[in-house]
Amino acid sequence: MSRDRVNPLDYSRKTWMRLCMGFTFVFLYFPIVSLIAFSFNDSKRNITWQGFTLYYYEKAFANAQLHEAFLNSLIIAATSTTVSTILGAMLGLSLYRFRFPAQGPYEGMVHLPIVIPEICMAVAMVAFFATVNMPLGLATITVSHIAFSIPFVAVVIRARMAGFDHALEEASYDLGASQWQTFWNITFPYMKPGLLAGALLAFTLSLDDFVITFFTSGPGSTTFPIKIYSMVRFSVTPEVNAASTVLIVLTLALTMVALFVQSRSQGNQHG
Amino acid sequence: MVDNNTIISIRDVVKRFGSTVVAVNDVSLEIKQGEFFALLGPSGCGKTTLLRMLAGFESPTEGQILIDGEHMEGVEPNKRPVNMVFQSYAVFPHMTVHQNVAYGLKVTGTPKSEIDDRVRESLSLVQLEAMAARKPDQLSGGQRQRVALARALVKKPKVLLLDEPLSALDAKLREQMQIELVHLQKSVGITFVIVTHDQNEALSMADRIAVMEQGDVLQVAPPSELYEYPNCRFVADFIGKMNLFDGTVAGIKDGKVLIRVDEFADQLSNLVLPHNEHAKGEVGIAVRPEKIRLDENEPEDQQVRLKVKVTEVVYYGDESHLFLESTGGARFAANLKNEARDTHAEIVSGKELWVSWRPEDTLVLSS
Amino acid sequence: MENWRNNRLVFAVLALPPTAWLVIFFTVPLLIMWVYSFAERGPQGQINLAINLANYARAVEWIHLGIIWKSIWVAAITTLITFAVGFPLAMGIAFAPARWKNVLLLLVILPFWTNLLIRTYAWIAVLRTRGFLNFGLEWVHDKLSTLFASIGFPELMGEFEALELLYNQKAVVIGLVYVYLPFLVLPIYATIEKLDKSYLEASLDLGAGHWRTLFSVTMPLALPGIASGCLLAFILSMGTFLTPALLGGTDSEMIGNLIARQFSSSRDWPFGSALSFLLLYLTFIILWVRASLAGRKDGPI
Repeated sequence: MSRDRVNPLDYSRKTWMRLCMGFTFVFLYFPIVSLIAFSFNDSKRNITWQGFTLYYYEKAFANAQLHEAFLNSLIIAATSTTVSTILGAMLGLSLYRFRFPAQGPYEGMVHLPIVIPEICMAVAMVAFFATVNMPLGLATITVSHIAFSIPFVAVVIRARMAGFDHALEEASYDLGASQWQTFWNITFPYMKPGLLAGALLAFTLSLDDFVITFFTSGPGSTTFPIKIYSMVRFSVTPEVNAASTVLIVLTLALTMVALFVQSRSQGNQHG
Repeated sequence: MVDNNTIISIRDVVKRFGSTVVAVNDVSLEIKQGEFFALLGPSGCGKTTLLRMLAGFESPTEGQILIDGEHMEGVEPNKRPVNMVFQSYAVFPHMTVHQNVAYGLKVTGTPKSEIDDRVRESLSLVQLEAMAARKPDQLSGGQRQRVALARALVKKPKVLLLDEPLSALDAKLREQMQIELVHLQKSVGITFVIVTHDQNEALSMADRIAVMEQGDVLQVAPPSELYEYPNCRFVADFIGKMNLFDGTVAGIKDGKVLIRVDEFADQLSNLVLPHNEHAKGEVGIAVRPEKIRLDENEPEDQQVRLKVKVTEVVYYGDESHLFLESTGGARFAANLKNEARDTHAEIVSGKELWVSWRPEDTLVLSS
Repeated sequence: MENWRNNRLVFAVLALPPTAWLVIFFTVPLLIMWVYSFAERGPQGQINLAINLANYARAVEWIHLGIIWKSIWVAAITTLITFAVGFPLAMGIAFAPARWKNVLLLLVILPFWTNLLIRTYAWIAVLRTRGFLNFGLEWVHDKLSTLFASIGFPELMGEFEALELLYNQKAVVIGLVYVYLPFLVLPIYATIEKLDKSYLEASLDLGAGHWRTLFSVTMPLALPGIASGCLLAFILSMGTFLTPALLGGTDSEMIGNLIARQFSSSRDWPFGSALSFLLLYLTFIILWVRASLAGRKDGPI
């Protein structure tokens, strides 16, 4: 006689719980999956399956405006990632390492961009650029992206450094290394996976941002999400689906890399 | 098979996790009404799994569990006539002591007036009446444990299950709680089943002990029997300290068993021991350190005697543990009581001594 | 951690550049907006600096107060539904076998990493009159009609009429629940995961059923995570802009859209600034509640 009974606390093995979870995952994935699926659909009406085609991808790739928007997005994301990773890492390091006066309010201030409604930051940036007479364009978008990416990078770096054994630095000093040598040979190698994860996060944030970009962009600085927004406002077309799918795949790939790097760095304490 | 005295009957119970891990391997046990029963074993031996099967948090892969004559298969934990004291105590942190103890009565629809009386009664049993309004984070570890006890006892269970109840307490408190638990058990008359990895705990509290190892129950016996007559090498070694040697039965003569131990052979060709049914072929020879007599001069009156050299003396205050080695390579541990401040000062590493013990104190264990 | 005084140079080199950037390109813009919120709008939309509370007074006028109230209301409904959907999910993941946990968590987080705009757009395709949902309903309707016709009631089901699912308040709530579900699930999952399971076992052991255990033990003990997740979902949906803009109709404008309108078509920056600060203050209050519930003194994260 053998049996495999469900234990009292195995909630995830109870039928009603499985139904509940199943329903929620359908809710989470049905819209995205159908969006991706119908980018391959050979029908303009976009509702019944008429056969597989790559036509709308060709159409999207041939769209010069989409091209330009995509290029703009990449330029902004690359610049924003570079600057915000460096600045964010410095912020994360100084918060990890130092005790200083008014630390609580300071931390509140530097983490604020993470928590305030995007629309508030967006209109504040508009007001600022108007006041300092800076014309809206790629530069203003990039500057804003850097500002909201810094705290995210800092959080990632700080989390990474939380696992760092300070005794390693002391051992390095004890063995005669200078501060700079210690940083470069001991601290930095440990920090590296955090830097990579932070950079990928900053890149994704920049590439995905709509609200702040929308308000800080000017003529000629259309980014990919803004272009899609303007297309979406007119109609739902397979071409938009195709363009969206490209962006989804791109960010998902980057996210996977970031998660992989993070999980690997968690397993390997010495970076 | 179930006599009126049996409260828990475990029959051929097997618990497998997945297809490979066997946590409990074909265990059968009978626990009597009013008994203080201990499941003793090293961590991972399956004792906690067995306890959790009694409580209903795990279900046996095979076999049956009967509590008070009732089959427990498919009976949810909240419908079983047993209650548990958890290793972490699991005293609800968001409820007061009173609310914690009342919880089990409230959820089963006991009338309010009765709840208050029973909670007070139960709290007085563990001397916590004064703490009724406190939250668990205002209590010490020992007090939290009493709350867990009161909370389980207030339900008047047929069996109280205790999962390593003393492991989180410091040494002094632990000893005090051991005594209190025994008194409590005798006064309420409820069957206690306790899981522990600490042999002292089991020996000092339980009426009977089941020693478990790798999912098997090796021996079930009262403490003194377990200590003096272990039935196998594992039990002999696990309970208390033991000097263990490999031996071979050389023959039987005049109702006595002759056993040859290689390490003794240069001084003692055969051990001559009283007849023993395990004495066949390869056997284990065991003798407790405290049964070993130490002499400076050869004890002519002792049959079993060996000349040894002291290799190590470890001082513990009340006694010293001596590590000794014979010329044939037999290693012994023996104890010396430090009866006076200046006794045994001359016993240091390298000193030559004689060890001896009575043949009837020798254990013969089947391999 | 060492005192900054021990190593002033290193501290300055590390902390100054990022602080400068954040002060210039974040704090100063907020301050400018704060100053604007007390200014007056000129006839062509220019800003005349002044110090008065007229903008704030206007914000609490009936018409605008209605929108603010609606934002709070929509955020509350969204939070409630998100909790109803998210709590079982968080619980299911927390009790899942170890090897499934990470996969399930990843499945919850993944949509959150796809572009917000695209996720919202995806719902347009689902909800519009000729969308998947109506299409599915029509299919079911047709099948039922055929079925009834075959047993002799051809008129029973009538003609299929597509449901108006898009461009209204309901669509906005669905979109918000969808977008902010991970923010609620993750903190709740984290607290349930950390919870000592013996509490739940003790409750069952003492005779309570599963529902009783859920309400008397699991939920009270998971309260910090529940509060944290719910308040996060509430803040985020209250300050939303994109979801009502894409999925909402004319009646579903929220405070975010009202602010956006002041900076675009209406060109009334002072009023927009005042509204923006009202939203910020609301956010701060909730963050403060959340921080004090979590028993943490350090900053509004």
